[in-house]
Amino acid sequence: MSGQSTYVPKSAFAKWFEARLPLGGLIHSSFIAYPTPRNLNYMWTFGGILSFMLVAQILTGIVLAMHYTPESTMAFNSVEHIMRDVPSGWLLRYLHSNGASFFFAAAYIHTFRGLYYGSYKAPRELLWLLGVVILLLLMATAFMGYVLPWGQMSFWGATVITNLFSAIPIIGNTIVAYLWGGYAVGNPTLNRFYSLHYLLPFVIAGVVALHVWALHVAGQNNPAGIDVKSSKDTVAFTPYATVKDAFGLLVFLIVYCWFVFYVPNILGDSDNYITANPLQTPAHIVPEWYFLPFYAILRAMPDIFFIPAKLAGVITMFGAILLLALAPWLDTSRVRSAKFRPLYRQFFWVLVIASLGLGYIGSKEVTPGYTTVGRILTAYYYLHFLVIMPLLGLIETPKKLPNSISESVLGGATAMPAAAAAAPERKG
Amino acid sequence: MATGAVTAGGAEGHEGVDQGKRDFLYIATAAMGAVGAVGAVLPLINELAPDAQTIAAGAPIEVDLAPIAEGQIMHVVWRSKPIFVRHLTAKEIAEGKSVPRDAMIDPAPETARVKAGHDQWLVVIGICTHLGCIPLDKEGPFGGWKCPCHGSQYDPLGRVRRGPAPANLAIPPYAFLNDTKIRIG
Repeated sequence: MSGQSTYVPKSAFAKWFEARLPLGGLIHSSFIAYPTPRNLNYMWTFGGILSFMLVAQILTGIVLAMHYTPESTMAFNSVEHIMRDVPSGWLLRYLHSNGASFFFAAAYIHTFRGLYYGSYKAPRELLWLLGVVILLLLMATAFMGYVLPWGQMSFWGATVITNLFSAIPIIGNTIVAYLWGGYAVGNPTLNRFYSLHYLLPFVIAGVVALHVWALHVAGQNNPAGIDVKSSKDTVAFTPYATVKDAFGLLVFLIVYCWFVFYVPNILGDSDNYITANPLQTPAHIVPEWYFLPFYAILRAMPDIFFIPAKLAGVITMFGAILLLALAPWLDTSRVRSAKFRPLYRQFFWVLVIASLGLGYIGSKEVTPGYTTVGRILTAYYYLHFLVIMPLLGLIETPKKLPNSISESVLGGATAMPAAAAAAPERKG
Repeated sequence: MATGAVTAGGAEGHEGVDQGKRDFLYIATAAMGAVGAVGAVLPLINELAPDAQTIAAGAPIEVDLAPIAEGQIMHVVWRSKPIFVRHLTAKEIAEGKSVPRDAMIDPAPETARVKAGHDQWLVVIGICTHLGCIPLDKEGPFGGWKCPCHGSQYDPLGRVRRGPAPANLAIPPYAFLNDTKIRIG
């Protein structure tokens, strides 16, 4: 899809440079001449938004690290020092803490866009898998970052999540002691989490490079979910996609900035402004909003035969992400876009509602009523991937696909001869 | 390509190669490299374990039981963990013996929860066996503890009566020095 570079260096220096390191050609073919489907909608701007957020988080994180002290008796105060004493410190910290939330919001939209338009299907399976890896790394990074302010939720969130590993039979407790570096979450834990929180974003950047590479090999999916067939189906990345991405990014940043400047703490938990107390668990422990659906799944499980509830909860929670990774092979339909899949489209929205419902349950205290709803929603989440997805491909009659991307956007005017178009909606 | 013997000719770039010598070099290099890699990884993992300072700070502690009135629960810290020392009431002791254990998640007789001859003293690690939160004293219908995180409930003997916790509150290593003093650890 990226094809031969059409880049022609103009100046003598550019020619000299290009002959030794063809960087200009790589940039030109990847981000300027790169052909993008002409029907991309604003859901496709989130890849660029996510790249921006990664860079923004790394930048604000690096400067915050210059003022933060990763020591259990000083960490909380050093964050308050950033808020009160460091010039612009309050802004950088609010950008960073709200940035995590907006990073996740964009990541979830990006993921559900992939689910809606079938972006995980051949030939983009590896691209999708790399995305799931990035999501997992993002979760690990966000979790460890949340521990650093060493407030009550930091401490108890760390305790609950590290204790997940004690569910592993036989070696679980040893693993937990090695995670903590002590008999409980404490200063050694804070130190190593700080080290990893600084490292992981750069690992994410590496996997993002692979993700973008895989994207540029397979080419972008598009709202019609059909392959690019001719140059009529595409427009050049620059200026068309660049400007669309930039516009989407700026709208996103306006919302982000509104949170940063007007309600910077609304997404956080007020308990995290209380210094960590290892002897008192807050009355109601909740993770950050972006972990709530997984937290609900964790709490939903009862004992299952010989598997204790704790282990069952941990397996189910990580399984929820594993199911995402398996989506390319669980979906049996050859039609990518939900636009042309009347049944899948409805079930997609039910999945969205179930996921939001799980988030709501995750934010609530444990009562038998909420637990029952949590179990039903967890079961439905699994049902969607394990039963509905494979079954729909077999029983659903997709709508007729357009002959080409240009036809789907411009109507019949530039339609190609019908014979030239494949008809993947016909099975067999 | 033939293996083992000396090959005359062979694939391009491999003419006149002594394959036996090559194989020896590959295996010797791989084996040495593997040993070296394991040797290099071990200290990287080993440094994650609790350090000497942490272990030293986890030395045994002595607890005076005299100030704990009947029905009271005292919290002490050992190895950064809260230890609940509970002076059980006569009613709690009687109920602990009579309650049917068949339906319990982690059935344990009352004798396994306290030291012989010290029926009124329960000493447990105050950490929920589910995911490590600290249960709240005398909350929940069983009158023992209730975990604020995921709702596990314990009876006054620290036995889990309602999940998701899979096990009773753990009992730390401790011994009675005399009737009113214990050493934990």
